Amino acid sequence: MADLSAAGSRRPTAAGGLLGPYRALVSSRLRSQLAYRRSFALDVLGSFGVGLIEFAEVYVIFSSISVLGGLDFAGLALLFGLASLSFSLADLLVGHIDRIPTYLRTGTLDAFLLRPLPVLAQLVTSDIQLRRLGRSALALGVLVVALVVNPIDFTPAVITLLLITPIAGTAIFCGLFVVAAGIQFWLIEGSEMANAFTYGSNYAATFPTSIFSLPMRVLFTFVVPAAFTAYLPTLLILGLPGPAWTPAWWGWLTPLAALAVWGVALLAWRAGLRHYTGAGS
Amino acid sequence: MSVAALAVLTQTGWKRWSAYRSAALAGAVTNTVFGLIKAAITMGAVGAAGGTLAGYGAIEGATYAWLAQALIAPVNVFWSNDLVDRIRSGDIAVDLSRPVDPQLAYLCADLGRAAFSLVPRGAPPLLVGALVTGLALPGQLLPYVLGMVSVVLAVVVSFACRWLVSLAAFWLIEMRGAATLYLMTSNILCGLVVPVHWFPGWMAAVAAATPFPSMLQAPIDVIMGRVTGVDALGVVGVQIAWAAGVLLAGRLVWTLGTRKLVVQGG
Repeated sequence: MADLSAAGSRRPTAAGGLLGPYRALVSSRLRSQLAYRRSFALDVLGSFGVGLIEFAEVYVIFSSISVLGGLDFAGLALLFGLASLSFSLADLLVGHIDRIPTYLRTGTLDAFLLRPLPVLAQLVTSDIQLRRLGRSALALGVLVVALVVNPIDFTPAVITLLLITPIAGTAIFCGLFVVAAGIQFWLIEGSEMANAFTYGSNYAATFPTSIFSLPMRVLFTFVVPAAFTAYLPTLLILGLPGPAWTPAWWGWLTPLAALAVWGVALLAWRAGLRHYTGAGS
Repeated sequence: MSVAALAVLTQTGWKRWSAYRSAALAGAVTNTVFGLIKAAITMGAVGAAGGTLAGYGAIEGATYAWLAQALIAPVNVFWSNDLVDRIRSGDIAVDLSRPVDPQLAYLCADLGRAAFSLVPRGAPPLLVGALVTGLALPGQLLPYVLGMVSVVLAVVVSFACRWLVSLAAFWLIEMRGAATLYLMTSNILCGLVVPVHWFPGWMAAVAAATPFPSMLQAPIDVIMGRVTGVDALGVVGVQIAWAAGVLLAGRLVWTLGTRKLVVQGG
């Protein structure tokens, strides 16, 4: 926060005060992406397709079975919708940060370091990818259908949970992207390893955590908290009991998990940035 | 055009990819992590189906997932933009002026790449799979020998398909849409996501009409011994037919594309 207020007091642009520069950055990106309408539409369609592939896996599996890990097809669609919505929104907001290996290799990160704004905030606002809304649209569609099809008792508690979960889930995935980016400062050509972390946790989040072996359940609950983004809230929404190792009420703890991930993320990012020595260009 | 030149091109394909060891390691870690998740899902699905699903027991399901992860890199089921970039930048003119056939030259480089990635990117997922879930692999030698032939053919089919789609860059300015569409259909229909044998009827019919199962499902079926004897030869025969057919289509489109191509400068 200290960085942010220092940047604000210098007022790099006249308009908007503290958030002015970010607004300028984001709106420039949005304008450039919307400049070629047909190309943009195709990209959105492509992003929708990526979501469709993911859902096809669920569809094919359920064409031969009826219950997986305690959830039926409708229940799994709810789980998928929640997880995929959170991940696609995080991908839209900060997913482009996985290009950091390119910035490190070519030395373009130096340009970000020279500007009077926090580097992470600059990177996040520098390349928001609107086309990823396609995937969010698919996730939202699946989620809405799932909410209609499942026998859900819409109590105030369930509605609150439905509002909290996508926000906190998005925060969790955003945090995971930042952790992965922080680790990149030590790896060379390690972007694929970062993918294992971010896309892998998304993949795990779209399936019931109960199908995994105990070590993997511990991993996806306490280390990489993918289970909090969708599985545990889904149990609560559907009124199902949790497996012995995690009571269903843990579904309320998604915001706490998000806070924990962000704590680690900011530490990892800071350590990484301090480790960076520049290309000398 | 000599065989020696093609051998050198294959070697350079190997060298280009073996230069980045840490990238290969990072890729192997990724394939393994996804393998862990995928194996859990297939085993869960088989368990939910009552112990067997389309001939796969729990261990066979896991083995399928691990073999698929091991073959991702050699077969290159994901997209690569090499040729598209060269067509767009005009570098393709350099390829045209070389005394080797461009398609054969690129195929050889791709075979070199595949040969390198086979062990460093294929072995880690299989080792972890053997330790974590166990692997259901045949005890005889023959499935592996025929399996290697099938893997090579899978690499050729995958190359031929990517070559054909890349050539659209002669006519299109923005290739991302076409590439995404190709990735979507091929990834589902090749069996990367779930075995083709689990598909509902209509999807299985669609898959059978495309070359995609020849890229992943076919070599895995041969290696796992799901098809043996004459059936296995039949699967390999289908692969050969697709490889030849798509390569030929690629040559035809290449001729049409280069006739249209105008490269500026000199």
